[in-house]
Amino acid sequence: MAEQASDTGMNRTGIEASPFESKGMLENAGDQPVPSADDLAMTRERKAWIRVAAPVGKVPPPMTGKGLLTVAKETLKGNKPTVFVNRLGERLGFERAGVRLYDAVLAKFDEAKAWDGGPMREELVRHRREEWEHLLLLKETIEVLGADPTTMTPAADLAALASEGVVKVIADPRAGLAESLDALLIAERADNDGWELLVSLAKEIGQNSLADRFQAALEEERRHAAHVKTWVAAAATAEVRRELGH
Amino acid sequence: MALDLLSERGTPLERQKFTLRELSPPPISKLDDDAFTRVRIILMNGIEQEANRFQHYFARGDRDLRLALARVRRVEHHQQTMVNWLLPADQSPLETTIGYEQVAIEVTASVAQHEPDPYLAQVYRFGMLEDFDHMYRYSALLDRLEGKDANNILQSYTDVQPGRPTVDEHRAPEDDLRRSYDRKSAAPISKLNALTIAAGEYQTRDFYMNIGPTWTDPVARQLYAEIASIEEQHVTQYESLSDPEETWLEKWLLHEATEVYNYYSCLQSESNPRVKKIWERFVDYELGHLHFVRELFEQREGRDAGEVLPRELPEPIDYTSHRAYVRQVLRDEENLTAHGPEIVRGLGTDESEATRAYRDHLNSEGNPSNTVADRYAWRPGTELASREHAA
Repeated sequence: MAEQASDTGMNRTGIEASPFESKGMLENAGDQPVPSADDLAMTRERKAWIRVAAPVGKVPPPMTGKGLLTVAKETLKGNKPTVFVNRLGERLGFERAGVRLYDAVLAKFDEAKAWDGGPMREELVRHRREEWEHLLLLKETIEVLGADPTTMTPAADLAALASEGVVKVIADPRAGLAESLDALLIAERADNDGWELLVSLAKEIGQNSLADRFQAALEEERRHAAHVKTWVAAAATAEVRRELGH
Repeated sequence: MALDLLSERGTPLERQKFTLRELSPPPISKLDDDAFTRVRIILMNGIEQEANRFQHYFARGDRDLRLALARVRRVEHHQQTMVNWLLPADQSPLETTIGYEQVAIEVTASVAQHEPDPYLAQVYRFGMLEDFDHMYRYSALLDRLEGKDANNILQSYTDVQPGRPTVDEHRAPEDDLRRSYDRKSAAPISKLNALTIAAGEYQTRDFYMNIGPTWTDPVARQLYAEIASIEEQHVTQYESLSDPEETWLEKWLLHEATEVYNYYSCLQSESNPRVKKIWERFVDYELGHLHFVRELFEQREGRDAGEVLPRELPEPIDYTSHRAYVRQVLRDEENLTAHGPEIVRGLGTDESEATRAYRDHLNSEGNPSNTVADRYAWRPGTELASREHAA
């Protein structure tokens, strides 16, 4: 059996891994009460920057009015659809990244050993295809609203920033399939909440047929998250059983 | 209005000061600022890094000038910090990489067109086509690893398509060295151009060397290692354009003139008012450095700085898209290679024995720039935005 990260081995990071040197470290360890974060100079400095910081960017105005949905035009009269477009752009970027995450997971799946209750290839392929269909739905929705689907909106930018670690874990050949699924679960959970938000925003602006299409995407995303959660749990259970010699 | 280098004295060195707060200014917006603001920031970071690096090496071999170098260098270091810290942290290292290659394409294209010496212009066009290919490879990585469109960074100013294939850019060191300009007869702009482009390429090499191992993706790690190797070749190529017969003080004077010229170029085209103020301040700082060094030069070498420096600054770097020019160069010169110092036809067919052996060995276990861009073609909104994408 191939080595796994949860096997016992030499890990030098803890203080008890260095019984002699750690005595020296402890001679200089702090012995005063630890200050609260509210009271730290660092917190005051952060607040000073927060007060004056500009946003990472803005949502561009629609280039043409002609694509705007009639209903939306009515509903949005006097209101800028930028909040909605910002969020649609966020999901679009996320779904695109999601397809790439599944590309990387599939490569790992093909080289991994299966476990009871783990993913089947067809399931991963289906998730990937659905992520891709979702991004096309979002692209077309943004176009219909008269906005540009190639724009990186501020929400898309920050969501990509937040997901950088997920991409890194899944792309790392040293992280096994099960560990990569842990990271994928973070993305799928966030995706669920993102789609729920889009459904409610579509309803808010009176776009009920759009809300229905988003609801269908949400149902698929719920299934993705549920599957990944099951695979992660099954992997952990299989490892524990292996350790116990079952 | 042209700037008179010999009479404008700028800010005296002793009045050039920074607070720590100033060193970390609020960043520009990745999304809203013009791509050329980012291009200028990246290049000026490279120009300052070159100034700092050069002055350190100079100080190691010159006891008398150590203090003078340390004083100027401290300011250059802080200038570099203030400029580089304008980059925003939501710009991922790969997106910043796209920005670095946009610098290498658009700035080199401007320099190649302004360069009066036909041989030097040829060298710039030669290098530009190689960086053009790097852009294509990194764009493929950005799309296929992170699902992002490089054009969000490029803002449609710069094409994403193959150039001279990176796999064929690997050459033996003897085919990377070029003929230098002659310090006595070269036009001043030729000297400033050589330092500008060498500075840009050197920082690119260093950037890739720093961020390369931060990737987890094995293709990304290998791609940065491969392209860093080409950037090392480019530094070798571009630094060999400067005349080694120049004295170190003469080189220092030229470095300072290059800095004035570059900040002045930035000032002419900057669209972000806050950044423009920084360029304005640093034009004055660099004029101060130039005059400080000019006095040292005239004292030690007993000759007039006017022999080395242009009276007026040359035409500024053109911070615009050079799409048509780059496409023309690509059509005409993609198949060029280097044989010794000469840029010649015969890529892949008529190359030196040393380069063939070097390249064959380097590529003998695979080539990451080909791997990453396997059948890649840029399209708006990534490969995945197409209905024809293989689901």
